[in-house]
Amino acid sequence: MENWITLDLVPFGNKAQVRSIRAEGAMRRRLMDLGFTPGAETTPILSAAAGDPRAYSIRGTVIALRNATAKEITVFPAWEGT
Amino acid sequence: MERKSTSPAGRGSGQPLRERDGAVVALAGNPNVGKSTLFNALTGMRQHTGNWTGKTVSAAYGNCEYKGENYTVVDLPGTYSLSAHSPEEEAAREYILSGKTDVVVAVCDATSLERNLILVLQVKRLCPRVIVCLTLMDEARRKGIRINLPLLSDLLGVPAVGVIGRKKKTLIPLLEAIRECTGRRETAAYDPGKEIETEKDVIAQAALAHKIASAAAERTRADRSGAECGADRVLTGKQLGYPLMAVLLMFILWLTVKGANYPSRLLSTALFALGDRLSSVLLSLGISRWLHDALILGVYRMMAWVVSVMLPPMAIFFPLFTLLEDVGYLPRIAFNLDKPFERCRACGKQALTMAMGFGCNAAGVVGCRIIDSPRERLLAIMTNSFVPCNGRFPILISMLTLFFVSGSPLVTAAMLTGLIVLGVGASLLATRLLSGTLLKGEPSFYTLELPPYRPPQIGQILVRSMLDRTLFVLGRAAAVAAPAGLVIWGMANIRLDNGTLLQSLSSFLEPAGRFLEMDGVILLSFILGWPANETVIPIMLMIYLSQNSLSNAFSPQQIREILVMNGWTGATGWSVLLFTMMHWPCSTTVLTTYRETKSVKWTAVSVLLPTLFGIAVCASLHFVSFLASG
Repeated sequence: MENWITLDLVPFGNKAQVRSIRAEGAMRRRLMDLGFTPGAETTPILSAAAGDPRAYSIRGTVIALRNATAKEITVFPAWEGT
Repeated sequence: MERKSTSPAGRGSGQPLRERDGAVVALAGNPNVGKSTLFNALTGMRQHTGNWTGKTVSAAYGNCEYKGENYTVVDLPGTYSLSAHSPEEEAAREYILSGKTDVVVAVCDATSLERNLILVLQVKRLCPRVIVCLTLMDEARRKGIRINLPLLSDLLGVPAVGVIGRKKKTLIPLLEAIRECTGRRETAAYDPGKEIETEKDVIAQAALAHKIASAAAERTRADRSGAECGADRVLTGKQLGYPLMAVLLMFILWLTVKGANYPSRLLSTALFALGDRLSSVLLSLGISRWLHDALILGVYRMMAWVVSVMLPPMAIFFPLFTLLEDVGYLPRIAFNLDKPFERCRACGKQALTMAMGFGCNAAGVVGCRIIDSPRERLLAIMTNSFVPCNGRFPILISMLTLFFVSGSPLVTAAMLTGLIVLGVGASLLATRLLSGTLLKGEPSFYTLELPPYRPPQIGQILVRSMLDRTLFVLGRAAAVAAPAGLVIWGMANIRLDNGTLLQSLSSFLEPAGRFLEMDGVILLSFILGWPANETVIPIMLMIYLSQNSLSNAFSPQQIREILVMNGWTGATGWSVLLFTMMHWPCSTTVLTTYRETKSVKWTAVSVLLPTLFGIAVCASLHFVSFLASG
């Protein structure tokens, strides 16, 4: 049942549900403080010209993360058709 | 409701907060929820706020009176949590636990309640008397969000009020809640959860926040309006993101240059005329000639020059910049430009500190506080002077108009923009250099909140910003320009064997000047312009004409003639242009750098880095010019 992917690979406008955060330390805590906790819903909504960073909606706010950081967040796809 | 205000301690100065009599009310909350706006409204104090996450990185305090009671209001740093993982979180947590607080007002953005509630739950753990204050209620209403305050209060077990931070009339419920809360005498002992939250705790808090927000906040429409999504897609999009930023920069530069031109000349004429009046007054008082000259021709003229050149552009640039900040556009710039900065092992917020540096390099250095990582903060501080500040614009513009472009302000603005882009490029290069040598390290992990666009408080911004900047310019004129004026006047009038001290020094510096495709006079003027870059050209003209005081009476044509008569060529113009972009930072910036870094080593680096770049570039130009002339 492990059909998870990393957040940086979620296509635009598609909902995903946070599964876990692989990073440790300060990055982990900051991401959790911002609301990226297991079960939270998030959607990528913006991308800078170079495709990096991308901005995600999370708990009513918009947070931009570099792809290297988004790679550390695993999510379950939750958009139509999954 | 009366408001008394006191000047803020601890604006990064590290002084402890001093509480007055009366209950202490601490404002806690996420960055950028409008906490400082609320603070200003409660205390009437002028404190810089902006629609930019993390701006208020040091606490401030003020006074508020309501129904005869006096309250001290403390604005804690905006934090995403209270778990002491960063200096701001530590400061906020410590203050709440210190026992000095009588009630904590947890400020929440009504348009994004859920995430804000995580902090509220953490505050509740630390302090028994909490009031939840939702601000931006009008924005929430506009977005179709309905908040059930009584239900929220029930679910949280603490009072919950809704206000509009910037409208003082709406603050009554908050003040009533504060009055009621501090009026009660707490009899039950309270043992705050002194252990820092574990991960499990945070996850539980997030889940609870979700439940409460879902129950108490009803969304009748989508999160972000179509207009907002559209705006963001355009402003950060592939096609328009960069061009729009360049156009905006050009527009702001054009406005600053064009708008400042006439007022500068007016001020200059008026102040110099005032100087003549002062002169006759002093002379009629029988003051000795040399003292009169020192005061009027030395001190006063320098101050007059600095004020007339700096005040108008700053009074235009900073309000415009603050307007962008208030609207919420600045984080979008940091978002767009993160990639090139990340390639240089820095971060997108450096783009913003650079933008601040256009107005004033010292302000840019202070602005580097928005960068969390110490290594990246240093990178930003070290390279801030690579972008020219308002004080250097006059030199750049004169060089452009005298030697390269004919008078059209639009073309001048375009070329100025081009020069600035060059400066940005040099800044990135210097950043990459530093991050490969003295400031090695991996790019820190970077999060950036993109707050919703908010209507700017135009009136307040204009007043606050203009006042701030006027005081800064006047203060700098008194503290820096006055003594510099005296010294330079002295040097212009002390006679040695073969001329004044100034002339001797310029001859001494001639070989070095030539090496840089300039001459001794220009080099000396740059050195003497260390207190204030806007004095470089007047000092230069003064030496060329063997005058012994500054004058403001030159037209562009006259200036061109003087320069050409003294051996200037096109190459000289280029060299001055380039050296203006890359040389030692001005005295105010150096002092500010020392204050921010508290390190002599890094202050020295900040001085040497642009200087070495400038020397390298100008020496190369000299070499090329030498080759070209056969």
